[in-house]
Formats: sequence, C-alpha cells, structure tokens
Amino acid sequence: MYSYLIRRIFMLLPTLFGAAILVFVLLRLVPGDVCDLKFGGEGGYVDPEQIKMCREMLGLENPMYVQFYEYMKGFLTLDLGVSMWTTKPVTEEIAGRFQISVEIAILATITSIFIALPLGIISAVRRNTWTDYVIRGISISGIAIPSFWLGILILLGLLIFTQKYFGEPWMPPVDYKSLFDDPAYNLSQMVWPALATGFRYSAVATRMTRSAMLEVLREDYVRTARAKGLIEKVIVNRHALKNAMLPVITIIGMEFAFLMGGLVVTEQVFNLNGLGKLLVESVEQADFTMTQALVMLAVAIFVVANFVVDVMYAVLDPRIRYG
Amino acid sequence: MKSHGLKLAVAATVGLAFTAGAAVADTPKSGGTLNIVVGSKIPSYDGHIESTFGMIHPIRPFYSTLIRVNPDNPSSPVDFVCDLCEGSVPAGAEGGTKFTFKIRKDVKFHDGTPLTAADVKATYDKIVFPPEGVASSRKAYFKAVDSITTPDDYTLVFKLKHPTATFIPAVAMPFNFVYAKKDLDANGYNWHQRNINGTGAFTFVEHVAGSHVSGKKYAGYHHKGRPYLDGYKAISAPKMNVRLQAIRGGRADIEFRGFPPKARDDLVKALGDKITVQESDWNCVLLLTPNHEVKPFDDPRVRRALSLAVNRYEGSKYLSRIAIVKTVGGVVFPAHPLATSIEDLGKTVAGYNTDHAANIKEAKRLLKEAGHPNLSFTLHNRGVDQPYRVVGTWAIDQWKKAGITVKQWVQPTSPFYATLRKKGDFDVSIDFNCQAVVNPIADISKFLPTAGNNYANFADTELESTYDALLKAGDEGSQKALVRKYEKRVLNDLASQAITLWWYKINPHRSYVKGWKIAPSHYLNQALDNIWLDK
Amino acid sequence: MTTAEPFIENNKIPDGKPLSVRFGRMVRAQPLGAAGAFVVLLMIFAAIFAEYITPYDPENSSYEFMLVGPSADFLMGTDQFGRDIFSRVIFGARTALMVGFICAIIGSSIGLVIGVGSAYFGGRIDLYVQRVIDIFMAFPLIIMALAIISIFGNGTDKVIIAITIPFIPRCARVVRSSALAVREMPYVDAARSIGYSHIRIIMRHIAPNVMAPFLIMLTAFLGEAILLEASLSFLGLGVQEPTPAWGLMLQGGTEYAESAPWVAIWPGLAITIAVFGFNLFGDAVRDILDPRLRANS
Repeated sequence: MYSYLIRRIFMLLPTLFGAAILVFVLLRLVPGDVCDLKFGGEGGYVDPEQIKMCREMLGLENPMYVQFYEYMKGFLTLDLGVSMWTTKPVTEEIAGRFQISVEIAILATITSIFIALPLGIISAVRRNTWTDYVIRGISISGIAIPSFWLGILILLGLLIFTQKYFGEPWMPPVDYKSLFDDPAYNLSQMVWPALATGFRYSAVATRMTRSAMLEVLREDYVRTARAKGLIEKVIVNRHALKNAMLPVITIIGMEFAFLMGGLVVTEQVFNLNGLGKLLVESVEQADFTMTQALVMLAVAIFVVANFVVDVMYAVLDPRIRYG
Repeated sequence: MKSHGLKLAVAATVGLAFTAGAAVADTPKSGGTLNIVVGSKIPSYDGHIESTFGMIHPIRPFYSTLIRVNPDNPSSPVDFVCDLCEGSVPAGAEGGTKFTFKIRKDVKFHDGTPLTAADVKATYDKIVFPPEGVASSRKAYFKAVDSITTPDDYTLVFKLKHPTATFIPAVAMPFNFVYAKKDLDANGYNWHQRNINGTGAFTFVEHVAGSHVSGKKYAGYHHKGRPYLDGYKAISAPKMNVRLQAIRGGRADIEFRGFPPKARDDLVKALGDKITVQESDWNCVLLLTPNHEVKPFDDPRVRRALSLAVNRYEGSKYLSRIAIVKTVGGVVFPAHPLATSIEDLGKTVAGYNTDHAANIKEAKRLLKEAGHPNLSFTLHNRGVDQPYRVVGTWAIDQWKKAGITVKQWVQPTSPFYATLRKKGDFDVSIDFNCQAVVNPIADISKFLPTAGNNYANFADTELESTYDALLKAGDEGSQKALVRKYEKRVLNDLASQAITLWWYKINPHRSYVKGWKIAPSHYLNQALDNIWLDK
Repeated sequence: MTTAEPFIENNKIPDGKPLSVRFGRMVRAQPLGAAGAFVVLLMIFAAIFAEYITPYDPENSSYEFMLVGPSADFLMGTDQFGRDIFSRVIFGARTALMVGFICAIIGSSIGLVIGVGSAYFGGRIDLYVQRVIDIFMAFPLIIMALAIISIFGNGTDKVIIAITIPFIPRCARVVRSSALAVREMPYVDAARSIGYSHIRIIMRHIAPNVMAPFLIMLTAFLGEAILLEASLSFLGLGVQEPTPAWGLMLQGGTEYAESAPWVAIWPGLAITIAVFGFNLFGDAVRDILDPRLRANS
C-alpha cells in the first residue's frame, strides 16, 4: 500500500511539470502582453517608449529560456512573484479569492448531493417507469441549459418577482462578506450560484447514482436478500446503497475538483470574486505570472483530487488490492 | 448647444426629469455611503502610470489635482477651475509660455503633512521628466514644458518652449494625482503603485482585491464643507448585466462609465422616477482604420469608398437605440468650439453627404475605377460588446449593402492591440480614440502618421507640418483653419482613416444621488466631493 | 475464433436482430431516447433545408424592424439589428450541428486511437501517454480556447478546434480503461500468437470491442460541444457576427433579456432543446450498447 502511494505521488510530478510548460508556451504564443494594455489599451495617446520600458521592467524582453528559468525557479522556491497587472504578490491576490471558490464549490456539491442521491435511487428502483423518465428529464435539463443564461434568468427573475410581491426589487449582494462575519449576507449571495451550479452538476451525479444502483441491484447478494424475503426498502437502503456509493463518491469528488477550477462562467454571472473570475481577468489582462499560478493551482487541485479518489478506492473497496 | 437640444429631446420622449436645474435649488445633506459599481479592474494605484477608468473610479477620490474640470459645469470642454491652486486658472504670460500657479496654503495630506509647491513640483517632475526607468504614461502631453520651478513655498511656475493650447487641458487630466515629495523621496517612485497618501476628499480604508475599494470622509479636506458623503464603496463588477441589476436591486447607486440605451430603458421602466438619467456626448470615437500596407487599401479610392458606404446619419438614428454611439462628427469632439459643423463636413468630406444613395453610387464607381468592384476583406475588431462589436456588425451590414463582402475577426483586447501594433496583419480594423479631458489639438494627434497609436501604416509630410503649425497656433481663428485643413486631409483627401460615430454616454442612477453631473468623459468629475445623498 | 470478430457487424447487434427491429423496440423501451432521436432528426432536417424553410436571409439587417416582437411577419421576432430570429435559429442549427458533429466525431475518434493504442502497447508508452492525458484533462479550457482563437482567429473552424482538443483526452481515458480489459481476452492473445500485426490486432480485435464506451462518449460530446460553443461566446471567444450561431445570439440577446426577451429566449431554447435531445439520445444509445445493462432488460 505505501509503495503504491509513493509511486502514485511521484506520478503527479510529470503532470505538474508538463502543465507548467504548456501554460508557459500557450501564454507566450498569444500575441500581446500586459504592457500593451497598460500603456495603450484605453484608446488614448500611446508612447512606444513607455511600452518598451514596461516590458524591460517586467522581464518580458528577456529571451524565452531566461523567462522560463525564472518561472521554474519561482515554482521550486515557492515564490510566485507579483501580478503583472496589480504589482501585488500573486499569493496575496489568490488567497482572498480562494475561500470564496471553496465555499461555493462546497455549497454547490452539497446541493448536488441532495438532488442527485434521492433522484438517482428512485430512478433506479423505478426503472423504466414514468417516474424514471421524469427524473431523468429534469436532471438532463440541468446540463442542457447554458449556465450563463440560467444565471441571468435567475437574477432577472428575482428582481421582477420581489418587486411584484414585496414592492422593492431585491438583488443578491454583489460584494463579498465572509461567512463568519455576516452569515446571512454571505448566504444570501452564495445560495443562488450554489443552486444554479448544484442543479447543473447534479445531472451527472444523478445518472451515476442511477446506473450504479442498477448494477448493484443485480448483484447476487441483493438477489439473495430478495430471496430471503426482505422488504425492498431495506434491500435498497442497507444492501444496495452502500455498495453503489463508490462510483458516486468518485464522480462527486471529481466534480468538486472541477468546480474549484471551473466556475469561470458562474462567477462572472453572479459577480463572485473567486478564482474563476480571477482567471478570466488575468487571461484578459495578459497577466502571465497570475495566469501561470492559477493554472498550476487548478491542475494541482485536479491531480490531487484524482489521487485522493484513487486512494479512497483502495481503502474502501476490499476487492482492489495494490502491491 | 446642439447636444443640449438632443438631451431635451430624449428627456421628452422617455419622460425623464434631468437633475441639471433641480440640483442647484436643493441644499446638500451630509452623510451616507455611496455605492458605485465599476466595470473594469484596478491595476496599480499610480495614476501617472495607469490609464484605465478601472483605476480612476475607485482611486481618484483619494487624490487632488492642481486644476480640474469644473465639477459644477463638467459638460463644458473649456471650463477649468483650481483644485490645489488658488484663484482662477492662470492664463499664459510672456506670450503664453509662462504659467504661474498660486498653491493653496490650507491643504494637508492624509498623513498630516502640509502640502507645498514642492510637492506639486515633485509630482510634475515625475510626470514630465521621469528619471531613467520610471514610467510615465502622459509624458508626451507635456513635450512643450521647458522647466518647472518653485520661486517660493506656495508658487509653482511652468515655462514652456512655445505657446500651446494643449497645456492647460493636459494639466487638468484626472490622472495627475499630486503626491507628497517626502513619499517620493523616502520610498521611491514605485511606492504609489501600492500605497495611497493623497489630499483628496476621502481617505483610504481598504481594498479587497477583485472585490471593492472603500474610502471614508477626510475631515481636513481643503474644499470646506465637503465632502458631503461619509464614505463610498467602489465595487468591482465586470459584467454589464450585474452592474445594471445591482442598481435596480439597490446594491449600488450609480455607475460612472455608461449603460447601453436598452439598459437605461429597462431601469426607468422598472423604477420610474426613482431613476434619474443623465446623458452627454462622449469624448470617444470609433474609427475604421485600413491598413495601407495591404492591397488594395493602399489605394485612396478604395479607402474613400469604405467611408462613403457607411451611412452615418441612419446609423446615428438606429444604432443609438442599441449601442453607446450617437453623434455624427469629424475628428474633433463635436461639442468643442473647434469642431466642424455637420453641414460643413457634408460639403467637404466624403461620406458626410446626407444623400446616401449618391454616396453609395460614388463608392461603387470608385471601387470599379480602382479595379475592385467585388471587394471582400476581413474586419478586425475588439472583443468588447459595447460599442465595438455592435458597430462592427453594423459596418459589415453597411458595406454589404454597397456590394462589399466583409467577415469579422474579433480578438480579445490584448491580442487585438498586438495585431494593430506589432503584427499589422489586418485588412481594416475598428479602432478608437478615447481621451479624458477634451483637448482637441492633443486628441487629434491620433491621426498623425507618426503617432504611436496610428495603426494605418502610412507617411504624409503635409499632415505632419499642418499639425506642427496647429500645435503652436496661438489664437482660435488660426487653430480653426488649421484643424479644417488637417481634418480634410485625413478624412477626405487621404481617407487614411474613417470616423464612424462619436460615443454617447448614458448614466442612469438612483434619483437620490445628487450633485454629480455628467461630463463628456468617464474619467472626469470623479473626485466625488460634490456628491450627496437625498435620502 | 468467432468471438474475435467485431462487436457490431452488418448493421446487426450481436443478438442477431436487424437494427430496424431494434429501433422499433427502442421506441417502446426508450420513449425518452426516441424523443431525443426525434429532436436530433428535426435539427438535421432544419440544417439541411434551412434555405427552403426560412423566410428571410439570416444575415440581412433592416433597421426599420429592430427588436420587433413575434408576429406573423416575424415568427420569433427580430433581433437588435433587425434580423429575423426564426431564420437565424434555423440557420443556427446548421452551425450547431456542424460544431457538434465535427467536434464529437474527431474528438472521440482521436481519443479512440490514443486510448486503444495506449492500452494495447501498455508499459512505458501507456505511462507516458496517460501523463500527457492528465495534463490536458487538468488544464483549464479557457486558456486553451483563448490561445487557439487568439493565434488562429475565430472562424467556426477555429472554434471547432478549441472545443475538440479537450474532448480527446477524455475519450482516450475512458476507452483505455475498457481496452485494458479487452487486451487480456484470450482471443487477443491468440491473435498475437498467430503473429498478426499490431495495427491489425488493434483495428480488428480491440477497437471493435470498445465501441460501446466510444459511442457513449461520442454522443455525450454532441450536446456538450453546442454548450461549450455557447460558453465560449459568453466569454467573447466563440463564433462571430454576422454568422447565425445560437451561442452568439444568446450572448448578444442577454442585453435585451427584459425589454425584448424573444431575442434571447429562442436561441436559448434552441440550445436547451438540442442539448436535451442529444443527451436523451445518448442515454438510449448507452443503454442499448452497455451489455451489462442490456442483459437484464
């Protein structure tokens, strides 16, 4: 088991290194840089001399290999440098946003579990009945609606609804207060994107729960339980559900990782100051240092989540054995 | 006067009350916090480096400038008043080459340091004569400045190499934050990128990266009795939809850049007289820039045909319903005394004739004569909806109606500029000229072939010499004549670039926000010292 | 050796019934799948006959008719440029299908080749290929899309490339795990011992037996590609005006969500129904192809 763990951890390194190279190359293949924007992105007078000076100061005039060396050195010494756009340390910029993304990812995951588990189980137990069809229809509609459209409709719906029934239009807060400072304020902002995202991601988890349940319901021990005359509810709850959980946990775990790096559109629509919004902004601003750090963070979260899921499998499922 | 007429017309049709007259009668009340939504991101805090309203809107209230656009009459492009100086803005002495500013004696920085002329000098030295390796975005506006001196603690003298009408408007730029000399001496020139110590109406409270900046009332502010607000909060909201709904849902009171017409209509429809709308011509203009190095755009006939095919008057009527553009004009901001009237443009410049059928006919004739009756090309555009993509899509449709086939190639802002500046691999691009203080003579340097932001790739000695004479012209009469000559050369003879429509600024805000008046630029009148809340 | 033959042959599923019979059975057994198939067929019909169905040129603006509500003249109203939305929605089906099918087919096919190859050769090759796949799976889509579109421009073809790239590793990963099991089958050993070439074994013996996961991924990608195009449009990286494309129409229409809701509602509904249809269809395909599920039905 330990040697498996160690081997698995070592396998993370090439992935991280490869991603580091990829983001470095892609960012530099895209024409334009932050100096172009700062010294002439607003349509006013442009002084080419100032742009050149800015590039020199940021090291953008250095040869590629020098820039890459600096970048790698930064990662190895855990010094991510300063944002090219704000001139503040990258770690400082990320820290504030991190908690917002974590919070929204957790809330969305909880929402998605609350929707997916019951629906998936009912759907499997009542396979090929109208209940099943309706549930599947609802869950698929979750992924079929473009997320930004759903978000905009939610906001507009809230405004129109509250004005009609309470006189004053109400809109969720657009600035962030921490859950610990002002829980009501925080939740009144977070609950909408959490619902939108949770509904969306419950679609995959519902399908997974359904098919995992279907598979388990066919296993010999479930048949045995049935043969023994146990009532269906007990069979489902006690015997089937427990064993159907593994793939469901996998999907939910992977989704969580995906949410952490992937709330790009939802954060924009609901004006959440999270990592996804920061990523879009730093890409738009050609802020290389910030984008590199964020991409590496997303990749790291993804591979670590993968790793955790693998390990959980090894621990939870006695059939899986590693040398 | 023209734009005023337009405003009234809008007021009548939409049924809105404009604050312009009413605000004067009310007595300002003190207190309250103003919530602003800002659609762009804060880079560093250093106004001498940055050029975005994303920095101006949240940071400008912490600072003062030497002079500024009159906050009670910001729509005038020629009304400047003292901020840190005393009395009125000085007229140039010694043939317009010497400007003497008397500095106020009652100004203190937020950290308690009293302000003297030495601080203002240190500030302008940084802007005008930055040391090697120190960036200054607006250095070029002050090319005429020969020396900055302080005969005593409260006197500041600018000596110019030659008289120029561009100087005073350049000093009034909202980016010219006055810093304390001791901060620059002790902490170096980069300190202000991440630290704030100004003399503005508000003191810095906090900046939560990506979320908001907040400020609170500065009790020692030099304009006595101000500010009226206890504080303000500038909330970052990059998506237009969020900013709009935030005002509607009471999460924000105002947005200073501007909303599209339909957003204004939605707000007014939902909230009625709880919303006040202010509108103004905007000192930004969208251009069509052909790349003269790419065939057939080396041929002035082809370029003129492109301009002729665009129906500006119809565009003004219809586009102004869906985009933040409206006014037909030449190279100079239409509300400025130096601007050419539409009637004169119609007589002298191709594409401004009100008989559009004749324009189309002429365009087709020119294209045929040039050997490109079935011209097709790609229009390069910036990946921003308002107004770039809307106007780009409109222009493509206009050209289609003249038999020209055009595809659109949209790039995000940073690669968009790289294409214009470095790569130059475009046919025709949407381009824009957008300035803070209305300073026509400086602003139209955009059309100079040698300007850093002219992307048409050509050379023309006549334009250069006309501009040189204009820069040094003393009286308004000769300035006007030279502007005409320059404009006709750019838009008609060379057709080196074409102008589509000038932007139109629409600021719907909560009616209880009083004292703020719209300016012809989203950079101006942002000190917030005159705003109060009537709640 | 008969088991070594491809899984699907001559339009037949292994139980011996022709596909048409199975289709009839599917409609009864899979009403949702049939509904999905109907939506897909409707889209294909609209895409092919767009010129004959639509009353107006989808790119033609008439400014006198800006933002006109649905009426007999304009079934779905007009957009902000005075273009007929119905015509644009119908032509948009063409763009959507093109994006959907090309991305899904190319993405999953390349994924199939990589996945099967990686599983078959195993060892170091597998290890390296899987690490590369890790990188691409973990990499944020927006960076990739931005790079591709900034470098090559944003025609429909470039949008297709940007959407296809993230599909490849996902399909490869899924196909590989199935192929790993197939690799251990006795008939593959047999083929190897006879001395068949690698290519022949991969093409004839392994690839046909991972068709189920391959087709499941392919159908899942169809709807996803359409959604991704919409998301790219939202970020300003999608197909550009004046091309009729649903994502672009929806993005441009959000500004009029209240004053002229029809501008956003129709393309939004078109995307939702199309993706819904593709997903239902895909689920049905999976139910039919997944032998473990079928065995019990």
